[in-house]
Amino acid sequence: MIRRELGLVLVLVAAACAPLYLPAYELSLLGRFLALAVLAMGISLIWGTGGILSLGQGVFFGLGGYAVAMHLKLASADPGAVPDFMQWSGLNTLPWWWTPFGNPAFAIAAAVIIPGTAAAALAYLVFRRRVTGSYFAIITQALALAATTFIISQQQYTGGFNGLTGFTSAFGFALGDQRTQFGLYWVTVGIVAVTFVAVRALQGSLFGKVLLAVRDGENRVRFLGYDPLPFKVIAFAIAGVLAGVAGALVTLDLGVISPAMFGVVPSIEMVIWVAVGGRNSLLGAIVGTLIVNFGKDWISSVFPDLWLHVVGAVFVLVVTVAPRGIVGLMQSVRTRSLRLRPVTPPALVE
Amino acid sequence: MSETTLVAGQLFNGISVASILLLAALGLALSFGLMRVINMAHGEMLMMGGYLTYLSIAVFGKGAGFAVGLVVAFVGTALFGALLEITLIRRLYGRPLDTLLATWGVSLILQQAARSIFGPIGVEVTAPPWLSGTLSLGGTVMTGFSIPGVRAFIIVLAAVVLGAVALIIARTRLGLLIRAVHENRPIADALGANTRLVDLAVFALGTGVAGLAGSALSLIAPVTPTVGQSYIVYAFLVVIVGGLGSLTGTLVAALLIGVFSATAQIATSQSFSDVLLLLCVIIFMQFRPRGIVSQGSRALEET
Repeated sequence: MIRRELGLVLVLVAAACAPLYLPAYELSLLGRFLALAVLAMGISLIWGTGGILSLGQGVFFGLGGYAVAMHLKLASADPGAVPDFMQWSGLNTLPWWWTPFGNPAFAIAAAVIIPGTAAAALAYLVFRRRVTGSYFAIITQALALAATTFIISQQQYTGGFNGLTGFTSAFGFALGDQRTQFGLYWVTVGIVAVTFVAVRALQGSLFGKVLLAVRDGENRVRFLGYDPLPFKVIAFAIAGVLAGVAGALVTLDLGVISPAMFGVVPSIEMVIWVAVGGRNSLLGAIVGTLIVNFGKDWISSVFPDLWLHVVGAVFVLVVTVAPRGIVGLMQSVRTRSLRLRPVTPPALVE
Repeated sequence: MSETTLVAGQLFNGISVASILLLAALGLALSFGLMRVINMAHGEMLMMGGYLTYLSIAVFGKGAGFAVGLVVAFVGTALFGALLEITLIRRLYGRPLDTLLATWGVSLILQQAARSIFGPIGVEVTAPPWLSGTLSLGGTVMTGFSIPGVRAFIIVLAAVVLGAVALIIARTRLGLLIRAVHENRPIADALGANTRLVDLAVFALGTGVAGLAGSALSLIAPVTPTVGQSYIVYAFLVVIVGGLGSLTGTLVAALLIGVFSATAQIATSQSFSDVLLLLCVIIFMQFRPRGIVSQGSRALEET
């Protein structure tokens, strides 16, 4: 156990020192993918522990991203003027709900609170009537579709299809500056570490145990006197918050947030990161996110047409061949190497 | 155009949207109700049906080509569905969320394949001469209101397919087996029904009907690699609102959602009607979480 903790600390130190040995492009990729790993840990919590498959995590990612982007947009506009895309749409006064985002503290708080509240509200409304499983997955996918078409249509308020971009500075730091990039990278590594520790503690707590029990037998949990609803709502809200944080970090890193980053297709890809790493493992969520995203970056630059075939095949293979993901595969390799003969399962009564 | 014709025209548009939704959702509802399988590649069956129709017209010419295309689309997609069931779906029995992910992978591969073969822009299917006219209702209160032939054809096609599927389920031996497995799989199995074969038949029938939907859709919109994506989410909502594996429920839900979308699009806009639709579905679920037609059951756990 201590060896494992030591390993994690070593990985953390290696990640924190990455600016010293990684080229700038790879470092910016690593930073962005680590930010996505925060979202992936949320999926691991609701799907791996809670058995809730969401195909709409992108929506909460987007809410977090827009909250920060709205602040950056206001900070980049001339004093007293509305952001450029509003002028292009003929809008000359700032909508009232944009105004508070001028305050950086409000924007950061909103990037956490809005996705969390939205996720909690959705989960409450759907789970209240014991709608679960595939039904919930479809509802969340419809949410991703509705949210993106809505944002695209409200161009004068949201920047439409192009989203929000063209920021000059972020919270007083120049965005192009290398020091700002390093700072953002370290903030990301710190958030990943804190999230990992916090979610793992949550999974080990009574809350996590009940959530796991809800996954395996919701009605049995009811018979034991627990109401599954608050457990599912809280878990889903936490995943929403983590998605929002990831969205905020990625927006800062890329300097853009647009509907193409969080629609139906990106949302379901987020699930596959976790599936590849291992849905039951928090570490697997991080590993899977990094592998799939670096793989995507590499394949789509070398063989642009191949990426969809590869990701399609990954969806099929990970589900049929390795449902427990990379972490599961490694575990079975390890148990096999420790015990020379494979464990024979007890004979089934035919 | 009087007020009446405007409303009638809108209602008619809604019903024609509903017919395509119905055809697309029928297979989903059947296989979801029977096997608890979510087939995310179902939209690509529409796409495949569209391309098969296009190819048939290229081979057999404008007149007969479309009629041949309907048959080819049905048979082709049904065979593909059977193949998919045998190679993939069957292995994931009892893991509905995993079938969802795996079939999504299949849909990505099919889309990319279509893009490589037919190009990203899409192909046009021109309606055969016997469908290109319009039906007009002159001399009544409906003066000035005319029905395009292709739209009327799609509605008739949907009605015929729905009737045929209902007949199969109510009157044939296969239908008896389907009802038995739907009601209680372990007992049907124990009484000697070949449940695997029933699953296969239902899945293939469902994908075949989706192929027909694609064929019909090709008359009113170009066939593109992503044509399935734009219908699949609505088709799923139809299944949710309709209730598990119920034909009546699916019909009513398709009509509701089709007419709702068409009306809301006039009153507001396409994007806003999507948001409204989702809100209405969530509100609807507060009252009838199991859909319009839900099967009474004393079982505690959904199987």
